[in-house]
Amino acid sequence: MSKVRVLVGTRKGAFVLTSDGKREKWEVSGPHFGGWEIYHIKGSPADPNRLYASQCSGWFGQQVQRSDDGGGTWTPVGNKFVYDGIPGTHQWYDGTAHPWEFKRVWHFEPSLTDPDTVYAGVEDAALFRSSDGGLNWQELAGLRGHGSGPRWQPGAGGMCLHTVILDPTDPRRIFIAISAAGAFRTDDGGGTWQPINKGLYSQYIPDPTAEVGHCVHHVAMHPGRPGVLFMQKHWDVMRSDNAGESWQEVSGNLPTDFGFVIDVHAHEPETIYVVPIKSDSEHFPPDAKLRVYRSKTGGNEWEPLTKGLPQSNCYVNVLRDAMAVDSLDECGVYFGTTGGQVYASADAGDSWTPIVRDLPAVLSVEVQTLA
Amino acid sequence: MIRVVLPAHLRTLARVDGDVKLEVQGEATQRSVLDVLETKYPMLQGAIRDHVTQQRRPYIRFFACSEDLSHQSPDAPLPDQVVAGTEPFFIVGAIAGG
Repeated sequence: MSKVRVLVGTRKGAFVLTSDGKREKWEVSGPHFGGWEIYHIKGSPADPNRLYASQCSGWFGQQVQRSDDGGGTWTPVGNKFVYDGIPGTHQWYDGTAHPWEFKRVWHFEPSLTDPDTVYAGVEDAALFRSSDGGLNWQELAGLRGHGSGPRWQPGAGGMCLHTVILDPTDPRRIFIAISAAGAFRTDDGGGTWQPINKGLYSQYIPDPTAEVGHCVHHVAMHPGRPGVLFMQKHWDVMRSDNAGESWQEVSGNLPTDFGFVIDVHAHEPETIYVVPIKSDSEHFPPDAKLRVYRSKTGGNEWEPLTKGLPQSNCYVNVLRDAMAVDSLDECGVYFGTTGGQVYASADAGDSWTPIVRDLPAVLSVEVQTLA
Repeated sequence: MIRVVLPAHLRTLARVDGDVKLEVQGEATQRSVLDVLETKYPMLQGAIRDHVTQQRRPYIRFFACSEDLSHQSPDAPLPDQVVAGTEPFFIVGAIAGG
């Protein structure tokens, strides 16, 4: 019988939640790396026992942990992220030039085919790759070397490269997103990059339609339809039907189009999920009701999903990497909150149950569907 | 034999209990002690000093013999009691945060 393994990164450690295909009873393992911030954990699609975890702290910096047994045991691997060449500068919050400085890994994206190859999206924004299981890291410097690099500026959470999407039909094509520079795409395996932000409109920057400078919060893609992208921007939910060449707004009837997460149903490429958040100054759900919104039409028409979710006095946030879907026949959807709850739906969002209620603030949620 | 006391998180990371005992060839300085420590426990590379600049991380301090040595030259000799192993060299994480 199939199993699922949910990988949860929190402010104070990592947790591994496992269940059978019914997704009713859960075993909770953790905390792993107790006391450390775990920004992200993700498993290799080519070897589900191979996991990569980003472990960091303000005191001791960045560690990278690797598991070869599905999270049972962990080994620290390479943590040396050195920018290629002379790092140069980007804009600081006040518009002055600020040298690129490595702070942490926000996101690991393991290769679709090779367990030893993994990409790391880091702050200050850059993309690194390891091809030896995380022992050594090399920057794909063409991204940061894009002519717009000196104009990139941090969002409130730092200048982080938080989204890495690998195209399953073209190993040379990678999408990434940076807060607050925007989305970029390479078609040559990371050598050269182009901004893909046409159609984005951001009122909070001097030129609302600028080539770069947009605060993209997250991007999602259905692997069976890699030309279609969905984006939760700072404000606005967007979609692209041409691999990011242009975007159109699909916020439709959402109660607010601010938010962080966005994800796509495993079997229905036009079914997407967001969690609306009240505003950029009030990071909690509107009306204090935690609602996932689902669109079965690829955007514009949204329905609230509330069964099992708190509908009063709820003031949690759901951060950008804290939603995931499994690929069981009836798609499971998972998300974690800054209040420490991890909610699971075994029926594509129709109803929700908390797997755990009292973890530290959840930074990231990933799920593996195991044979 | 130089005794180094690590903060709890770094003991966990390095998988050691109690003091770390190091044989340092030549003059014992902050730099030479940390070089030996990081060679013996490579997972500590980058956790105490920056990988590139080799500067002490901002929330790390070095104490010995009731003195804060953090702002001394990394090449200054360590106190005799540390070299003799009668006093430990403390690597301390700042008390901050939540």
